[in-house]
Amino acid sequence: MLEIKNLHAEVEGKKILKGLNLSIQPGEVHAIMGPNGSGKSTLAQVLAGRNEYDVTEGEVIYNGLDLLEMEPESRARSGVFLAFQYPVEIPGVNSTYFLKAAFNEVRKHRGEPELDALDFLSLVKEKMKVLELPQSLLNRPVNEGFSGGEKKRNEIFQMAVLEPKLAILDETDSGLDIDALRLVAEGVNKLKRPDNSQLIITHYQRLLDYIVPDFVHVLYDGKIIKTGGKLLALDLEERGYDWLLEDYRAQCLNGHPSLAGAK
Amino acid sequence: MSTSTETIEQFVNREYQYGFVTDVESDAAPRGLSEDTVRLISRKKGEPEFLLEWRLKAYRYWLTMKEPVWPNVHYPKIDYQNIIYYSAPKQKTDGPKSLDEVDPKLIETYKKLGIPLREQERLAGVAVDAVFDSVSVATTFKGKLGELGIIFCSFSEAVKEHPELIKKYLGSVVPYTDNFFAALNSAVYSDGSFCFIPKGVKCPMELSTYFRINAVDTGQFERTLIVAEEGSTVSYLEGCTAPRRDTNQLHAAVVEIVAMDRAEVKYSTVQNWYPGDEMGRGGIYNFVTKRGLCKGVASKISWTQVETGSAITWKYPSVILKGDQSVGEFYSVALTTNYQQADTGTKMVHIGKNTKSTIISKGISAGRGQNSYRGQVKVMRSASGSRNFSQCDSLLLGDKCGAHTFPYLEVKNTSSTVEHEASTSKIGEDQIFYCRQRGLSTQDAINMIVNGYCKEVFRQLPMEFAVEAQKLLGVSLEGSVG
Ligand SMILES: Nc1ncnc2c1ncn2[C@@H]1O[C@H](COP(=O)(O)OP(=O)(O)OP(=O)(O)O)[C@@H](O)[C@H]1O
Ligand SMILES: [Mg+2]
Repeated sequence: MLEIKNLHAEVEGKKILKGLNLSIQPGEVHAIMGPNGSGKSTLAQVLAGRNEYDVTEGEVIYNGLDLLEMEPESRARSGVFLAFQYPVEIPGVNSTYFLKAAFNEVRKHRGEPELDALDFLSLVKEKMKVLELPQSLLNRPVNEGFSGGEKKRNEIFQMAVLEPKLAILDETDSGLDIDALRLVAEGVNKLKRPDNSQLIITHYQRLLDYIVPDFVHVLYDGKIIKTGGKLLALDLEERGYDWLLEDYRAQCLNGHPSLAGAK
Repeated sequence: MSTSTETIEQFVNREYQYGFVTDVESDAAPRGLSEDTVRLISRKKGEPEFLLEWRLKAYRYWLTMKEPVWPNVHYPKIDYQNIIYYSAPKQKTDGPKSLDEVDPKLIETYKKLGIPLREQERLAGVAVDAVFDSVSVATTFKGKLGELGIIFCSFSEAVKEHPELIKKYLGSVVPYTDNFFAALNSAVYSDGSFCFIPKGVKCPMELSTYFRINAVDTGQFERTLIVAEEGSTVSYLEGCTAPRRDTNQLHAAVVEIVAMDRAEVKYSTVQNWYPGDEMGRGGIYNFVTKRGLCKGVASKISWTQVETGSAITWKYPSVILKGDQSVGEFYSVALTTNYQQADTGTKMVHIGKNTKSTIISKGISAGRGQNSYRGQVKVMRSASGSRNFSQCDSLLLGDKCGAHTFPYLEVKNTSSTVEHEASTSKIGEDQIFYCRQRGLSTQDAINMIVNGYCKEVFRQLPMEFAVEAQKLLGVSLEGSVG
């Protein structure tokens, strides 16, 4: 599904990703954790194709395609979806209209006929039930005036409609109340299939109670310094990052920084 | 960053589609302006004495005036002696009678502009007065409207058929002393549309005038007069284009609207005069005076404009709210790209009690375009209980353009409220990226964002015009579902 090799990226001359390796197979759920500023969102944005971030080294292969060569919209159309840490407001543009345009771009790309307004609306109604999203949000302009939690739920709703192959969720859990967290997690779980994968960026173990990851990675200083199973997240919850970071620094001093990214 | 900015520039640097020239023989006055020019125009139109006198008074007054320098626009000095003040396509008969008598080349021209006069004659919905350079070449649906007592014809025809109405209303809202360009227009105007809706009649179709400048170095000075009697309603549309030329051409029009008790007039413009090329060469100087008088109680005048053309636009459609409870509205989208300049806005003068005005202005600047909003809200002592709401937004695409806002508020009584909101935003890279991440192309993303930004104004336009306006901004129709 996704193969990231020795990825280096910088923004405005500042090196952020420094040789990141990660491999995701179809059907897997990976969680990425790590202290603030370690480069998690940068990784997400680089994968989505934001051009402020310069990739200076490394490659990313997505289902046999050279992902870094693709325009953001082609990535999206071929199934890469990013749930933004900070969803963007687009005043005056109706949410349903926006989503229909996006949905039909994906269909066009797949060589499927576009859905008309009516068919699309019934699809939307279907998906909305899952997330218990109020209809009124969809009649409003994209994210405009949405509460923090509503914005996050709207991201997952869009994901449910677009049915991506690779979903990247950047801190979708932060800002959600307990009920919303459960709903979002259920939504994400319902989208899980043997042929799609999820990359979940989070600070909190509690999301992983609902969405059980196959692997948990710790991102620090632009690299993955530790990979484990779901128990690693529990460990981190209990002990914080310090013990890991100490190990990492010690290795650095010995001249053997762990490059043991993913499996 | 740079990729999207480039795309923004490509998006706004679309070719002007209406730049062609029609090859027709024309009957033109010699260059220059003098009393003789004024007399010549009046004679060509076979006008009554009172009109010639009025023109001459305007001309003499104009000689004493100075071109305004306060607008935030810059252009080389206009040589008023180097302009041709009258140009008409040669016609066999005196003035258009029916479409069959109109030169097929002219009909073809309007067809190319998307105004099929013949088809329009059959399609119900819009009645068109087609003005080509200095004269009206055809007016459709006159018969059907006539049955309701509605007069919709060229200005010249109205002078001949209804001189008493012209005498009564011409200059009653915009006197020739009003400003430099209004005085000039009053002296040399050649044609335009006249529209009269009698008491209690709701005009069953949109009335529209389509202005086309064709001849080189001619000025277009048209005059439009709309009178809506008690309890009548009308929706009026205006469209304009001109060929692509390297020299600048002057367009100085005057529009006057009078609304009596409970009458409602909605005036919509999609202005797409040739804007000049990407280097800033050529283009129309669009110096226009538009004003409506809410003369009667609870009357309403609403201006909606989408200004995408012209090298320079200088235009402030205004409403004088004289009748108690009268309502004035101004909805505007002004787009400037390349080297275009626009200084536009409105004036709302509250005189009657409990009068209400709304101003929504959306400026979009791209390339090296400069966009100024200039708006005045004046609440007189007599206008107790009056209200105004103004919202002026500016959107910048790229970093070489500019947006400026000049609001003037003057409130002379304490029971009135005036609210002003303003904002300036840059089209966000984040917004574009967000759309692209969902699969939309950059072009579609910009279209969608700009369209969303203009929505409040587009909503005011009649359906077909809204579509036209969105296309003009390169915006695909937002058929918002749900
Ligand atoms: N556009 C930018 N300009 C300058 N610095 C940036 C930019 N984007 C990110 N950075 C810096 O890069 C580093 C990594 O940022 P990133 O957003 O990837 O961290 P994160 O792991 O997602 O953190 P958090 O947990 O707080 O969301 C930070 O130090 C941040 O300040
Ligand atoms: Mg982050």
